[in-house]
Amino acid sequence: MNEVILYTVLSLTGLGILAAAIIHLVSKKFAVQEDERIDKVEEVLPATNCGGCGQPGCRAFAKAVVEAGTLEELHCPVGGNAVMKQVAAILGIEAVERDPYIAVVRCSGSFEYRKKTNIYDGESSCKIAATLYSGDTGCAYGCLGMGDCVEVCDFEAMYMDEKTGLPVIIEDKCTACNACVKECPKDILELWPKGKKNKRIYVACLNEEKGSSARKECAVACSGCAKCFESCRYDAITINNSLAAIDPEKCTLCLECVETCDVRNIITANIPDEKIKHATEHRIRLEERARKKKEEEKMAAQAGQQQNGDATTQA
Amino acid sequence: MRLHKHKTFKTGGIHPHDNKLSSQVAITPLPLPKMVTIPIIQHIGAPAKIVVNRGDMIKTGQIIATHEGFVSSNIHASVSGRVGVIEEVMDSTGFKHMAINIRVKGDDWEESIDRSDTLIEEIKLTPKEIVSRIMEAGVVGMGGAAFPSHVKLSVPEGKHVDHLLINGVECEPYLTADHRVMLEKPKEIIVGIKILMKALGVQKAIIGIEDNKADAIEIFQQLLKNEKHIGVEALEVQYPQGGEKQLIQALLNREVPSGGLPADVGVIVHNVGTTYAVYEAVQKNKPLIERVVTVTGKSVKQPSNFLVRIGTPVIDLLIAAGGVPEDTGKIVSGGPMMGKAIADLDVPVAKGTSGILLIPKDEASRSEVYNCVHCGKCIEACPMGLEPYRLLIMSKKGNSKRAKEEHILDCIECGSCSFVCPSNRPILDYIRLGKTQLKKQKSV
Repeated sequence: MNEVILYTVLSLTGLGILAAAIIHLVSKKFAVQEDERIDKVEEVLPATNCGGCGQPGCRAFAKAVVEAGTLEELHCPVGGNAVMKQVAAILGIEAVERDPYIAVVRCSGSFEYRKKTNIYDGESSCKIAATLYSGDTGCAYGCLGMGDCVEVCDFEAMYMDEKTGLPVIIEDKCTACNACVKECPKDILELWPKGKKNKRIYVACLNEEKGSSARKECAVACSGCAKCFESCRYDAITINNSLAAIDPEKCTLCLECVETCDVRNIITANIPDEKIKHATEHRIRLEERARKKKEEEKMAAQAGQQQNGDATTQA
Repeated sequence: MRLHKHKTFKTGGIHPHDNKLSSQVAITPLPLPKMVTIPIIQHIGAPAKIVVNRGDMIKTGQIIATHEGFVSSNIHASVSGRVGVIEEVMDSTGFKHMAINIRVKGDDWEESIDRSDTLIEEIKLTPKEIVSRIMEAGVVGMGGAAFPSHVKLSVPEGKHVDHLLINGVECEPYLTADHRVMLEKPKEIIVGIKILMKALGVQKAIIGIEDNKADAIEIFQQLLKNEKHIGVEALEVQYPQGGEKQLIQALLNREVPSGGLPADVGVIVHNVGTTYAVYEAVQKNKPLIERVVTVTGKSVKQPSNFLVRIGTPVIDLLIAAGGVPEDTGKIVSGGPMMGKAIADLDVPVAKGTSGILLIPKDEASRSEVYNCVHCGKCIEACPMGLEPYRLLIMSKKGNSKRAKEEHILDCIECGSCSFVCPSNRPILDYIRLGKTQLKKQKSV
C-alpha cells in the first residue's frame, strides 16, 4: 500500500519537474522581446481605452509612441500635457505642448426656439433617424436630441437637458476624446480649443440655409446677417453659406461681436457678463469715432472740391 | 381546389394581408393643382441641372432640368405656368432637395406631344432611337426605386440578355396603381413591351402578375392569345415578389449573383407602370409628367387611384380622397412595407410615388422592443438569404467590415425581418444604418 503511494508521488513529482523544465526552456527560446518602455508609458497613461488619441486603446498608444520616437503626431487628449510630459521623460524626448480642447455643442435650437413639426416614432437613436429623414423640426442641420453622444461618452461628461432637448457638456469632465464628435450624425459636436483660463466663444448654429428660411425653422438660427463679421477687427469671423463661423486661432476674445448678434447665438463660456458689456461699449465708442472720422473726411473732401471748383471758375 | 400551384420565389418571403381596398376604383385624373413643386432629384443618380429661371413662362412637357451624366434623368414641367422660387424643400425622401416651384396658369401643352387616346401599334424607331427617346422623356422605374430606365436598357457589352420580365406583381399591400394601369391600359402596355423588346433585341418577354389580380391576368391572357413571344404568368401571392431578384427567381428560377445585376443572368426587369410610360414616351412623345397614385387606408372615405401631375402636393390628393380621417397616425408615401412616413403634407408627388397610405393610430405606432430570442424567424423570412439579426448587431456595434462580409449590401430593404420579429426589434433600421455607413466609408 505504502509503495503505491510512494511511486505515485515520485512519478508525479518527476513529471512535474520535467514539465517545468520544458516550459522554462520554451519560454526562453520563444520569448517575445518587448520594449520595456511600453510598459512604463502605459503605466502613466490614464487607462481609459477611449480611443481619443486615434489608437485602439492605451497599450496601442504606448506602443505607437515608443515606435515613433517622437510626440509630434501623438497626443493623449485625456491625460493632456501633464501626462505627455511624463511620457516624454520616460522616452527621453522633447515634450510637445498642446492646447487643451473641449467638445462644444453647436446648436442652440431648444424646444422653445425650434418647434417640432412632426413626431419621430422610430428607434430612439440619432444615427438611425438621420438615415431616415432630416429631423423632427424644420431645421435639417440641428440636434436630433436622442442622445447618441451621451451614450458613447466614457467619462460621464455629458447629459441631455430635458428642458432644452440639447446635450450639455460638463466642463470639468470632458477630456476631448472625440467619441461624441464621431458619433453625432449631424456634426453638432465639435472639438474646440478650451482657451486661456477656459474662456472661449463660438457660434452655436450650423444652419446653412438663407436667413429668412433658417429663422422660420428656428428662432435662434444664424441668418448670416454679417453684423458680427463687420464688428470683428481681427478677421476671425467668416460667413459661408449664410452661416457665421469663428476661427479660434484668430479670435482674441475681445468679445465685441457677442452682442451684435440679434439672437445672441455667439455663445461665451466662463466669461462674466460685465466684460461683454464693457466690450460692447468699447465697440460702440469705436464705431462712433469711426463714423465721426468719416464725416470729417467727407466734409474735408467736400470743402476741397468746392475750393477746386472755385479755382476753376476763377481760371 | 386548385390543381396547379402557381410559381413563386423560394427563398424567404412573408404573407402580409393584402388590403387592396382600391382595386376596383377606376383611375380618375386629379384636377390641376394651383402650384406644383418639382424636385430636381426624383431618381437614383446625379441630380438634374436646372435650365429655367424664376419668372419664366413654361409649357406642360417642357424640359426644366436636364440630366447630368448618364445615370441621371431629365425633369419636365408637369403643368404650364410661371416658374416661382427655386429652393430647397422637403420631399418624400424626408430630406431637403432643390426643387422648382411652378404657379399653374391654364394647361398649355408642348405642341409636339400627342394627347389623343388612339393606340399606335407600329414601332418606327430604331433601338438606339428608342433608348434616346426614353432618356429624353425622363422615364424612370415607377415601382418605387426610380432608377433611370435608359440605363437599364443600355446593356453593358459582353452581357447577353434573353428575357424581358414585366413586373406586374405589385406585392406591396394596399397599393393598386399598377393593377389599375394593367386593367385600363393593357393594349398600350403590350405595345410598350414590344418597344422594350425591340430596344433590347430580346425574343421573349413574360409578364408576372400575382394571382390576387385575376382580372388583370385574364385580360392579358386574352390579348396575348396569338402572341408567341410575350407570355403572362400567374404568381402565388408572396411578399416581396416585386423585388427584381425575387421576380427573376419566381419566373425563370435564375439567381442573380451577390452584388450583380439582372443582366448578369440574361434578364432585364421593368415595371408595368414604366412600360406604359415607355409607350407614351416613344409613341406619343409624351415625357413622364404624370403618374397613377393610389390614395388608400382603412379609414379613408374614398380609397382612390388618381392620375396625378408630378409635383402636386400630397395634401391635394388627400382632400380629393375625402380628407384626412381623424384617427390617422401616420401618412406614408409608398406601401406599408417599404414606404416612408412623410413629415409634411406639402411634400410633392415624385416619379417614384406609387401610393399615399393613411395608417390609423392604433396600427401606426411601434411596439415595445424586447431582446432577441434567436428564434431565427428573420432568417426564414429574408428573401436574400441573409441573417438579419446578426447584421443588426454588427451595424449597432459599428462593425461595418464584418457586416460587409456577411453581405449586408445585398439587403433589398424589404422589411420582412422586422415584420416577422416577435420581439419587435428594429432590424431593418440598423441594417439601413450599416449600409449608409459603408457607403460613407466608400465615398471617403
